[in-house]
Amino acid sequence: MTLLKRGLSRRRVLQTGMAGIIGTGVSPLIFSKGAWAQEFCNNPTGDTVTFGLNLPLTGAYAEEGADEQKAYELAVQHLNGEGDGGLINVLTPTALKGNGVLGKKVAFVTSDSQTKADVARAGATRMIERDGAIMVTGGSSSAEAIAVQGLCQEMGVIFMAGLTHSNDTTGKDKRRYGFRHFFNAYQSGIGLAPAIVDAYGADRRAYHLTADYTWGWTQEESMKAATEGLGWQTVEAVRTPLGAADFSQYLTPVLNSGADVLILNHYGNDMVNSLTQAVQFGMRDRQANGKDFQIVVPLFSELMAKGAGANIKGIFGTSNWHWNLQDPGTVAFTKSFGAAYGAPPSQAAHTAYVQALLYADAVERAGTFYPPEVIKALEGFEFDGMGNGPTLYRAEDHQCIKNVLVVQGNDAPTSEYDVLNIVKEIPRDAVAYDPTIFGGDLGPAEPVPMC
Amino acid sequence: MFEVIFLQFLNGLDKGAAYALIALGLTLVFGTLGVVNFAHGALFMLGAFCAVLFRQLLTLETVTVDPTKLSPWGAPLEVREPLVQAWFGDFGAVLVNYSVPASIIITIPIMLLVGIGLERGIIKHFYKRPHAEQILVTFGLAIVAQELIKSFFGPNPIPQPMPSDLRGAADIGAFLGMQANVITYPIWRLVYFLFSFAIIAGVFAFLQFTTFGMVVRAGMADRETVGLLGINIDRRFTIMFGLAAVVAGMAGVMYTPILPPNYHIGMDFLVLSFVVVVVGGMGSLPGAVAAGFLLGILQSFASMTQVKSLIPGIDQIIIYLVAVVILLVLPRGLFGRRGVMES
Repeated sequence: MTLLKRGLSRRRVLQTGMAGIIGTGVSPLIFSKGAWAQEFCNNPTGDTVTFGLNLPLTGAYAEEGADEQKAYELAVQHLNGEGDGGLINVLTPTALKGNGVLGKKVAFVTSDSQTKADVARAGATRMIERDGAIMVTGGSSSAEAIAVQGLCQEMGVIFMAGLTHSNDTTGKDKRRYGFRHFFNAYQSGIGLAPAIVDAYGADRRAYHLTADYTWGWTQEESMKAATEGLGWQTVEAVRTPLGAADFSQYLTPVLNSGADVLILNHYGNDMVNSLTQAVQFGMRDRQANGKDFQIVVPLFSELMAKGAGANIKGIFGTSNWHWNLQDPGTVAFTKSFGAAYGAPPSQAAHTAYVQALLYADAVERAGTFYPPEVIKALEGFEFDGMGNGPTLYRAEDHQCIKNVLVVQGNDAPTSEYDVLNIVKEIPRDAVAYDPTIFGGDLGPAEPVPMC
Repeated sequence: MFEVIFLQFLNGLDKGAAYALIALGLTLVFGTLGVVNFAHGALFMLGAFCAVLFRQLLTLETVTVDPTKLSPWGAPLEVREPLVQAWFGDFGAVLVNYSVPASIIITIPIMLLVGIGLERGIIKHFYKRPHAEQILVTFGLAIVAQELIKSFFGPNPIPQPMPSDLRGAADIGAFLGMQANVITYPIWRLVYFLFSFAIIAGVFAFLQFTTFGMVVRAGMADRETVGLLGINIDRRFTIMFGLAAVVAGMAGVMYTPILPPNYHIGMDFLVLSFVVVVVGGMGSLPGAVAAGFLLGILQSFASMTQVKSLIPGIDQIIIYLVAVVILLVLPRGLFGRRGVMES
């Protein structure tokens, strides 16, 4: 009121406001239909587009992180038309041309997430705000993936998850801006349980040691449900801290617990340490309840198997993918990766590479980097040629539905990389499930105008 | 139930031996030089990497590429031949098999040099500075050591196999005349326990029964008087710092088959070993050993499912909880002396 009394009339305020709007150049965006909608976080304006690689280069899952980084670098080369083209040659259908993404050369920035959710979130924020990442990808822990995907939803940036296996990632914590190619704990459970019941019999008593975070909880829950459904009993399920290093105090109670199977819901270094120490405790040479004591590792990786050495022989688990498959996609990727780095790729590398390509392909098909359009292109996308057989990016929860591998530690490896045998390829229909069982809400696709 | 309790007790002794061994070196430095050495964990880590280095030297290979053949992943096939076996035959194979205990041969001189170099080069300049500055400089040294190891050996853990004869578990129950296959425990962990016990006993004997040890103990009690008697106590304290580094290094070497070492392994033990030293009483050698065993045993029992069902999560906080209780009741720790770190 005081201002108005001094001569600032309503008309004057409106005039000044309009002049300001026109003066700052916003008016063309207001008056041109659709232009406002195209103003989104990190809309690339130059001749390059930047991917943000959020990788656990240190911490419990550092090996996976290092392999993911190699895969992303290879994917960027292939997207930019360098190298042998890798899986671009076998992905069907595809809009990728090997000339970058929408004609822009792909560049990348990296951040070490240290296998910690808070560091991963801070790294993703930095890559989006400072480095202008149009898409964030990577991660080898579900805690990281869930934290980063929540952030990406808030900032309107697509997150293509790397190695995350918790049911929650595409369950109760799913987000419209988050997409997972990797399989999940539920699928491990329903894929693995019949195989281990076949091998060890239906009258078994299991003891679970579980990494105490989202992935471990859902892995334990899924394995318990699947094995109990086939007649096994659960003696005990004990939570262990992530990165515990010495598991001896958790292993000693197993010895006289009445269990005859130890299920290790651990991954990465935790897995290597707990399995190695369980073998040191003589668990593979024991008898319990008149049967040979067995160890099961629901989620395997080749890197982990390599680290655990001979301890892994004969042990059952599941994998998302393995370089020893013989389909054209696997052969092409293994050849590209092997030629570049002198070693076959891990499943972490595979899922990372595939996610980078799928994002780029979705952008090409959408014809824009505008996230809601890219999301539409990914939702319900049916494709083949990436090494997992026909695959569906399910629209309801952004979970890829594809075949799951039951694997076993190789008794007679021919090289340091020949550590796992594929026992069975479970068809995708057998591991598909109702997307509503884990709850959650994807949330809106409308982007944040400026991040 | 007896078997369960016995096994947890054994596990507690085993853990406690590791804690005591690490804390011993830390308290040795504090008791002699009055320095709060946050680089002690790094010395443990450097010792572990002596074992890694030794094995890498022993397993050096000649690599020839056969361009006519490709590996299954498409790279030219590499033909590898181990050098040590080629040079020394069966003895070379035995040396590789026993690389972890054998690496102590190189660990002792390396860690002695590292310890003495560290003390003479940097730490001696901080004797008369406040403890906060000592902590800052030694913590900085620890980070430098970590980054150096990371740049040379990478960030990932490097598994070190134990000798084949010492793999698997010993049937302790059968040995004690009880039922077979009930009380079993990893052989290497028993070896580590005996090794720790021997080193701790050796350090105590050295301080108790040698002239050098007597002078050091006198110096710990009254540095100035010993100096006035014409004894170069600084030189002896420097050697004690080297000795503490050797103890930490050997603890690191023998721990590698239990936990594959990476550059961060020292930091993982540092916090724990400080809790042990504080609970035992700053500067007290018997205190460090007693607190190490006490906390190891308590941690082991707290991990029992029966205990965890009563107090969920107790296994992860027991050490700190006990430390708080002990420090409330005995502010100087179990064996703390009046005047140490007190103004």
